[in-house]
Parts: sequence; structure tokens; C-alpha cells
Amino acid sequence: MNIVVLVKQVPDSGSERGLSADDKTVDRGSANNVINEMDEYAIEEALKIQEAHGGEVTVLTVGPQQAAESIRKALSMGPDKAMHVVDDALHGSCALATSKVLAAAIGRLSPDLVISGAESTDGRVQVIPHMIAERLGIAALTGARKLVVDGATLTVERQTDEGYEVVTAATPAVVSVWDTINEPRYPSFKGIMAAKKKPVETLSLADLGIAADEVGLSGASSAVVEAGKRPPRQGGTKVTDEGDGGVKLVEFLASEKFV
Amino acid sequence: MTPGVAMTSLDLLDLDSLHSDEERQIRDVVRRMVDERVRPFVAGWYEDGEAPVRELIKQFGSIGLLGMHLTGYGCAGASAVAYGLACLELEAADSGVRSMVSVQGSLAMYAIWRYGSEEQKRAWLPAMASGEAIGCFGLTEPDHGSDPASMATRARRDGDDWILSGGKMWITNAPVADVAVIWARDPEGIRGFVVPTDTPGFTAREIRHKMSLRASATGEIVLDDVRLPDSARLPEGRGLRAPLSCLTQARYGIVWGALGAARDCLSVALDYAVSREQFGRPIAGFQLTQAKLADMALELQKGYLLALHLGRRADAGSMTPEQVSVGKLNNVREAIAIARQCRTILGANGISGEYPILRHANNLESVLTYEGTSEIHQLVVGQKLTGLSAFS
Ligand SMILES: Cc1cc2nc3c(=O)[nH]c(=O)nc-3n(C[C@H](O)[C@H](O)[C@H](O)COP(=O)(O)OP(=O)(O)OC[C@H]3O[C@@H](n4cnc5c(N)ncnc54)[C@H](O)[C@@H]3O)c2cc1C
Repeated sequence: MNIVVLVKQVPDSGSERGLSADDKTVDRGSANNVINEMDEYAIEEALKIQEAHGGEVTVLTVGPQQAAESIRKALSMGPDKAMHVVDDALHGSCALATSKVLAAAIGRLSPDLVISGAESTDGRVQVIPHMIAERLGIAALTGARKLVVDGATLTVERQTDEGYEVVTAATPAVVSVWDTINEPRYPSFKGIMAAKKKPVETLSLADLGIAADEVGLSGASSAVVEAGKRPPRQGGTKVTDEGDGGVKLVEFLASEKFV
Repeated sequence: MTPGVAMTSLDLLDLDSLHSDEERQIRDVVRRMVDERVRPFVAGWYEDGEAPVRELIKQFGSIGLLGMHLTGYGCAGASAVAYGLACLELEAADSGVRSMVSVQGSLAMYAIWRYGSEEQKRAWLPAMASGEAIGCFGLTEPDHGSDPASMATRARRDGDDWILSGGKMWITNAPVADVAVIWARDPEGIRGFVVPTDTPGFTAREIRHKMSLRASATGEIVLDDVRLPDSARLPEGRGLRAPLSCLTQARYGIVWGALGAARDCLSVALDYAVSREQFGRPIAGFQLTQAKLADMALELQKGYLLALHLGRRADAGSMTPEQVSVGKLNNVREAIAIARQCRTILGANGISGEYPILRHANNLESVLTYEGTSEIHQLVVGQKLTGLSAFS
């Protein structure tokens, strides 16, 4: 089973992040850029399937030149090769445009399975896997906390607020995963040393037959009009226990719809 | 502690830029594993005098940390510099945890890798690299420490077999080991043996009441007429040169490791000094504190340059034992001085197990002694300088 794993480089969610002042896109220049955390779970899932069923695992990234570093890190976990779509015209692309580029790249790889994280920690729109599936005309099994491969049948436990749904589909399909699905491995030293020698194919928009004006800031279907800092935290509410502390607590929780 | 503000600023000279991406990546993986699997628990292990050695070794094996600088037989084949960085990150958590890895990789595995038969290598190295099997290295004896040449443990022939009798003392990992590399004397000199610890006559008892290296298992080995086939003998391991060459490997790791303990102390002390206020301002603002911090940061960076220089020489195949003595003597001595100085900055908190500093300082007392005491390394350097041996 050949698998494509979508890997995005994002600013480290553990450190200060911001939008750049001029075009209000994510400021990647001043940030510490890392692999989107959820994508590590996607890589792990792909590797586990590969270990059980064979085939090839390819990392696919759409992103600026510096994302090459994250691609190497992803490869150090074990995937066989990578494809990197890099083009200046991609800067500021919306989810729709990004999904178009990803779908075109996936089309060239024609895998049996595409695995991605359920969301990225910068955009957090959660729609890319669905959009890709739609564009490719294949099934989308999203938000998985468990994935079972049986021949050409995929069975997924889809995480919901209440519990989970069991959904199945035939390959090829797109599966997106949450961090409940597995425990990503640490890259091994052998993996780190081998990653340097693994093939990374670099493609431009032209290679994929996509015009520059279909993507990027100019081709975006949505625009950030304004961005501001979150207002400072309000002081908390102090409840003095006059024998009715319990009741007051419940009232507070109920008023905030926690209970 | 994740690389915080303090830790980044400790690299005054940007020595990080002297590393390749690969070296940094290997370091980062070890740092992450240590942050997630060791740091949250190590103070407790130390206090209890008990670490989950087997579990830890398996985790370290899963990333290729064990015998990482060796090639073939499941070993990662990384550079000496990468190995040094791994030792540094491990010892930044605890010297005992680094010792566990040093003994496994640099002493037990190296001895088999360098002096063992093909059969011994196949039997032990892959299992030791993955952490399935734990190794120890028995050279020191109750009555023979700095002077191993006069060891009392004997190997005698009995038909085709060998019989080992005697005892070893202060042996790291011995209480949990599956295999022991034991050095013994026969009429022709010193020989090494690969001894499965379940061989009849072999017993290992845990040494208790340690005030140092409490998160590491240390044992006493008794060899009561342990019968071994000739295939247990390390065919190439003849003379004292053999165990000493293993020690050179492990000492090299210590040159880096000690810096880890020192770095951890200094970054904790720096954070503490900036936030602790006395006389109405942070104690970091006092000139005496700044002098301490500056001097310590200098020694840390100088020690790092020394370690890196040795590492590059090791990778080029030109590192000599005397050079490793220079590194071990200097870096352990400076690390322990840094740990003690950092302790003063934390005042009473400096003696608390809530902070890592006294634990590091106490650990470094062992590091100062094992793998050749400071005095012995002074004598090695002294002999190199003067041409005169003070040993005999
Ligand atoms: C926690 C721990 C773990 C250890 N793990 C191992 C292990 O895994 N395997 C192993 O084989 N050993 C191990 N050792 C033993 C260690 O290597 C020895 O303790 C060390 O070599 C010193 O020997 P000794 O303790 O017998 O001290 P001694 O040799 O008795 O030395 C006592 C003092 O005398 C000084 N001295 C000795 N000779 C001279 C001289 N000629 N000139 C000047 N001063 C001298 C020494 O420097 C020291 O200060 C471990 C030790 C510790 C504490």
C-alpha cells in the first residue's frame, strides 16, 4: 500500500507567534518553525501501516524553501521519500488554493492512501483533507482516532464530541488523524543519518500545471482584513464561602454552561 | 528543562554553529527523550536510590543511543561528536543515567565490538544495541582500583574450559546486567571474558548507601569458580591495554557528559538569580553574583571547545589517551566547581532535592573518581610532559 503523508511546517505553537504586519499572513520568518504536531501522528500511522502491509511512504509538503528542514526531519522518522512543492507565488494561499496544489501533487503520486493531521496549529481550519478528497473524487475519513487497514478496505473510528463513529471506505481515500491515534516514534539516529540521502523531489506550480494567479494572496478566496491581540485577561470572580459556597459554585458553572 | 532563555544565552560564543545539522538533530532527539522520559522522574529515582534501568535502556536503544558510535551489528554508526552531544544531554538530566549508557556502549559493547569473536559480536551486540540485553564492565576490585594491573581475579584453564575466581567492586549496571565483561589474570597476563550473568558461580549484589549516583545501579560481583567455555574469552583482548582502550572511549564521553551536569546547574542558577530578590533587587544584579555567573559561563564554553576538539580528533582517528586525560581532568574538575558555585547562588534551596544542583554536585564526585581519578589523569599528563612515570 503506497501512502502519502501530508506534512506542514508551522511556527512552534509553544512559542510566541504572530502575523506579519504588511500582508497579515503567518509570520514564518521570526518564528521557530517545526513540523505541525498532528502530522507526526500521521507519519507514525503511515509507518505502522507500511510495517504491516509494505509499500512506500512519501512525505508531501507545500511550503516555502525553509520547509525543506521539516521534510528532512519527517524523513528521519522513516518515510522513504518526499515531494516538496515550493513556489514564491504560493505565499498567502487560502485553504482552497492549497488543497488544489496538494491534490495536483497527490495526483502525480497516485497513492492508495493519503494521511494527514486533522488540523494544523497555525491555520486550524480542518478542511484541507476534505477538500483534497473532494477534488480527487475519493472518500474522506476524517478525525480518526483509530485506523484499520484490511486489504483495500479502510475502517476508521472517527472521534466526535460524544464518542466515536465507525466509518469505512475503499481505497484510495484521505484519512486525517487526531493525536489520540498513536504515539509517534522518536527519530532514530540511523533514521537521521539516512534522511540526508533520501530523495526529495522539488516541484513548482508550473510543474503541476497550476497558474500563479490561481493561488497566493491574489487568488485567495478569503482575506484577513484585520488582526489584533487578544484582550488582556479579565480579573477573576471571587466567591466568598458563606456556607453556600457549593451552591454558588454550581450556579457559576451552570451560568458558564460547564454543567 | 527545555532550552529556555537561560540555556540559549549560555552559548556566548555561538558554539552551536560549529555543529552539522545532523549533529544538532541527534542532540535534539536525545534532549527531547530526556525531557520526556527522564527529567520528570529522575529526582524521585535519586531519592529512592533506584532507577528503572531496564525500561530506560530499552527506550534509549529504540533511538539507537546504545553503542551509537560503533558500526555494524545493529549499532547506529554515528560520529564521536554526536555521541558526545548525546552524553551531554543525558548527563544534563543525571550523571547516573549517562553512566548507564556509557557503560553499556563504551565499555561493555565496545569491548566486545573491538576484541570479541564474530560469534560473540553476533550473540551480544544487536541485543545490547536495542537494549534487550544490559551489559556491565568489571575491572575494579575491592583492593585494586587505580592500579588494575595488580588485580587479584584469576583465570585458570581446566581442560578446554576456563575457571574465573575473584571479585569485582563498584561495577555500574552489575545488579541488572545480562552480560558482564570481566577482566582477569592468567599466568600470561590480563584477559577479558564475556560472562552471561546467569552462569553458575556468578553473583552480583547491589551496593547500597551511596550518596552519589543514586539513580544508577552499582554492584559488587563475586566470581566463585565460574566455569566458561573458551568461546567466552575475548580472543583479541590481551593485556591491560585492552581494558584501558575501553576506558579511553568511556572517558571521552565523560568529557562531554560532565558539561551537561554543569550546564544544567548553571541554567538553573541563572534563572534563580534573575528571579530571587534580596535587598530589594534580583540577586543576579549584584556584582559578586555576576562575577560567579560570568566565570562559570566561561569555563563551560572553554570545556565545550575542548570536548569538541577531542571529538573532531576522534572522528579523524587521531585522538590520543593523554588528550582524553586532559579533557576528563579539566571538564570534570570544572563541572564540579560549577555545581558547587551554583549551589551557593541558590542559598538554602541549593541543598534541596527540589532543585537538581546538589544532586549533580554529588553525582560528579563519582565522575571525578571513576574512569581514572583526577590524580591519575594528572599523572598521565605529567608523564607526557616529563617523560617520567610517577606510577611505578
Ligand atoms: C559510582 C561508581 C561506579 C563505578 N563503576 C565502575 C565500573 O562500571 N567498572 C569498573 O571497573 N569500575 C567502576 N568504578 C570504580 C572506579 O573506576 C574506581 O573507584 C577508581 O578507579 C578508583 O579506584 P579506588 O576507588 O579503588 O581508589 P584508589 O585507587 O584506592 O584511590 C584512592 C585515592 O588515591 C589516589 N591515588 C591512587 N594511586 C595514586 C597514585 N599513584 N598517585 C597519586 N594518587 C593516587 C586516587 O587518585 C584517589 O584519590 C566505579 C566507581 C564508582 C564510584
